[in-house]
Amino acid sequence: MARTITYREALNEALAQEMERDESVIVMGEDNAGGAGSPGEDDAWGGVLGVTKGLYHKFPGRVLDTPISESAFIGAAIGAATAGLRPVAELMFVDFMGVCFDQIYNQAAKFRYMFGGKAVTPVVIRTMYGAGLRAAAQHSQCLYSLFTHIPGLKVVMPATPYDAKGLMIQAIRDNDPVMFFEHKALYDLTGPVPEESYTLPFGEANVVREGGDVTIVTLGRMVHTSLEAAGRLGADGVQCEVIDLRTTSPLDEDTVLDSVEGTGRLVVVDESHPRCSVAADISALAVRKAFGALQAPVEMVTAPHTPVPFSSALEDLYIPDAQRIVNAVKAVTGWTR
Amino acid sequence: MDPVTDERIVPVTMPKWGLSMQLGKVTAWIIDEGDEVGIGDDLADIETEKINGTLEAADAGTVRRIVARVGEDVPVSGTIALLAPAGVTEEDLDAAVQQARAVIDAGVPEGTGAPEVLTAEAGGRKISYVGDGRDGDVVLLVHGYGGDRNSWLFLQEPLAAKFRVYALDLPGHGTSAKDVGDGSTSVLADAVVAVLDALGVTRAHLVGHSMGGAVALVVAARDPARIASLTLIAPSGFGPEINAGFLRGFADAQTRRELKPLVGQLFADEDLVTRQLVDDLLAYKRLDGVDEALHALAGALLDGDAQRGDSAALVAAVGGAVPVTVIWGAADRIIPAAQAEAVGGAIRHLIDGAGHMPHMERPGEVQAAIEQTIARAC
Amino acid sequence: MTDTVERKALTREHLLDVYRTMRTIREFEERVHAEFATGEIPGFVHLYAGEEASAVGVCSNLDARDTIASTHRGHGHCIARGVDACEMMAEIYGRRTGSCHGKGGSMHIADLSKGMLGANGIVGGGPPLICGTALAAKIKGTGGVSVAFFGDGGSNQGTTLESMNLASVWNLPAVFVAENNGYAETTSSTWSVASDNIADRAAGFGMPGVIVDGFDFFAVHEAASEAIARAREGGGPTLIEMKFTRYFGHFEGDQQTYRAGEVEHARAELDCLKRFADRVTETGELARADLDAVDAQVTLLIDKAVDEAKAAPLPTEADLLTDVYVRY
Repeated sequence: MARTITYREALNEALAQEMERDESVIVMGEDNAGGAGSPGEDDAWGGVLGVTKGLYHKFPGRVLDTPISESAFIGAAIGAATAGLRPVAELMFVDFMGVCFDQIYNQAAKFRYMFGGKAVTPVVIRTMYGAGLRAAAQHSQCLYSLFTHIPGLKVVMPATPYDAKGLMIQAIRDNDPVMFFEHKALYDLTGPVPEESYTLPFGEANVVREGGDVTIVTLGRMVHTSLEAAGRLGADGVQCEVIDLRTTSPLDEDTVLDSVEGTGRLVVVDESHPRCSVAADISALAVRKAFGALQAPVEMVTAPHTPVPFSSALEDLYIPDAQRIVNAVKAVTGWTR
Repeated sequence: MDPVTDERIVPVTMPKWGLSMQLGKVTAWIIDEGDEVGIGDDLADIETEKINGTLEAADAGTVRRIVARVGEDVPVSGTIALLAPAGVTEEDLDAAVQQARAVIDAGVPEGTGAPEVLTAEAGGRKISYVGDGRDGDVVLLVHGYGGDRNSWLFLQEPLAAKFRVYALDLPGHGTSAKDVGDGSTSVLADAVVAVLDALGVTRAHLVGHSMGGAVALVVAARDPARIASLTLIAPSGFGPEINAGFLRGFADAQTRRELKPLVGQLFADEDLVTRQLVDDLLAYKRLDGVDEALHALAGALLDGDAQRGDSAALVAAVGGAVPVTVIWGAADRIIPAAQAEAVGGAIRHLIDGAGHMPHMERPGEVQAAIEQTIARAC
Repeated sequence: MTDTVERKALTREHLLDVYRTMRTIREFEERVHAEFATGEIPGFVHLYAGEEASAVGVCSNLDARDTIASTHRGHGHCIARGVDACEMMAEIYGRRTGSCHGKGGSMHIADLSKGMLGANGIVGGGPPLICGTALAAKIKGTGGVSVAFFGDGGSNQGTTLESMNLASVWNLPAVFVAENNGYAETTSSTWSVASDNIADRAAGFGMPGVIVDGFDFFAVHEAASEAIARAREGGGPTLIEMKFTRYFGHFEGDQQTYRAGEVEHARAELDCLKRFADRVTETGELARADLDAVDAQVTLLIDKAVDEAKAAPLPTEADLLTDVYVRY
């Protein structure tokens, strides 16, 4: 029933439909239109990877290019949110969070609590994450675990075009600050997406593959790598249940725990570094709340504790691949005391 | 088929469930080589993108070869098994298997796919509909509460072999506009009429399920001369008893956990409720405006916990010139099958082992009943 | 800086009103200073006494459309924007009846209904937020102006500099007020600010810069009035630098060994309340008795605020978990 479009197009459509529906929605970021003050074309880029293309002309005055001043314009988006707008600001690469993190975690995240429930900060901060484009150490990190750690923020990472549109519309309508993570390697991924507007709730994980032998919990781009591994394992007779978390804050604990209660074996696949990661968080959840059901130790498949390397040879070793996931599943199924 | 091959070989083919289906898989064979099968016997469990179901035999015979492996994709109309009498040689069977395998291995041919979705306009609302089939009698399929044009996926292709078959999305459903106004069957009937008008059709057979049955009655009562026959499947409005909890619960449900048991109540056999079915319903409910529409419709269908009932009066208004058939699953847990008695002047088909969705649970029997009804029209 | 600045005429009511506000701030801060010494007030407080003319001189030009953001030294700005003094005192005492239900404390008092986006525990935290509220006002066409208060310390923070650039580039209805009280904690502003004056930076950001005697209410009022009008009329941002001193330490408990006598001098010779009183009684706009009456009312108000705060209930365990999100 739904036509097939890319992840990028799904995001663009979500933004356009919400901007159409609600005039308080504005978009801002570096080169979100592109060409500000330049003699050539306006809307020259529509964002560095084209996500916001076309919105500049469709919604005059509501797509703002910014100088390279993250702390000022991310802070401005946050301030504007307290004053009745619903800004969608772009932090171009999540790796740049260092220059504006205070506005996100000390201001936006804390207003409602610090001000005794009297503030509403409906800001969405979209950001690109993830390795695979040889963009090297300062343009390839995941970092969503840092934001997941902060009370007052919501953290979202869609894995498919259908999820991207529904979660973006939900993020814009949500009255809390949302960090919206887009994996740069997923922009060209295609999938069925309804033309109409729809929302997906936060805190609802998606069981993308059912299976009774092993639970694989994962997120973002690793959902696809996990499905690849699950396909190979299925041919060998090991049926994996693959769970896409979709949002790490709020987190759907029930779906994870229900699955682990059923399979007794858990592998967590997370592209980020292992220390204080989402992988560690989910592992601890299973050990604390499903200990009786576990038949083997939890396995984590993550990047190593290193910055992201540049050379293709190294970056391909850095990013978890299907074989490593297969190995981890075999480790939990083959484990004996 | 190759003229060398014995004509007594009868292929069992991958069915087309729904106009957009291109591939299916056999997930389990129920019969073995050597079994005798009669028409309507269960042959295999089939999984498609949209739904799982059981393939019933369209022909009788001896199963001589199973062609499709469990779990492999087979294009629609591809041969998955061969029936043949004892006299057919092994060589001829092998040749037929080889041909069939070539089709399966070739995959989906270019240019196949869903037919175009057309739109009509009713009271400012966009109404989606699809159609297929041969020239001849026009049949318009009207789904029920929470359904859409794909509710008919087991029937559409088989009926299209004999008639010109259309299915619409009522307002609030599918890809039609989600605004349902006051949620009355009158608003929904306007949409049905709009589709008939857009098609330029002066006379059509209507098949309506549940709320769609009441809608079909409203359309027929407005202009009986335009309706050639009415097939009503578990139609609403024929008595006070109804599963009000289901109607409200379906509108209220927000998660898969909440929705799954409700959807289970639609079927006699809850195993028919696949994850994909629930996911598709959840995705539908998450479209803007759907839950509001469902609440409005439930509000119009119910009076407290009782079903509002003026369908019997509509039947009377339609008059005896229009043949009416009512089909009901004996195990219907949404609207009790006893209400079939209230459909005045109708031929009744009660289907054992079917719940509220006989057109999905026993499509073969429903198809036969529809064809008989159409045949009664003058 | 003398009283030669020509000032717009302020009515008797206005004059009484601004005097009351400044006096309220002074008494509030002096009382918190005394109470803090008893050990009953939790955490940190940073007192604004001495700087009243800045908060009141600026905020008396604002209306309901406008927003301000403040610093850790925010009590004065809160009172100047009309935040309830009793609720503020209760907040400082960590009580459930406080402006933030006891969950923010001195450094995070806010009242969005009064256009007060909060005191801020992060130096330089306010200016980006004010760019946002100014942007919202511009897009919504409310005519509102947003004012960012920051100190000499905050004037060096990247956020402040970026915000001034952004406000200029986007032509926002904003005013940047640098309250140069001479010290960023213990570090003097003459040492930490590279230019002679903070206001000298304004040209670097494409906006006018003004230096004002922060002890002179009328000078502040005049400069602020002009900057706010410019912003409101679409003329873009202004940087105003107040020069004055704070009467107390960086925080309560600061022994202030880095200072050398300027507070005594300021209290005796430069005090904004004294100068205001002298001037309005000299011109005859107000009588000494009018001002004394206000003083007496303010004393009662502050007594009430402290008594109520001390008697108010503390937040409960249930309050710990509420209001993290609108809906999780």
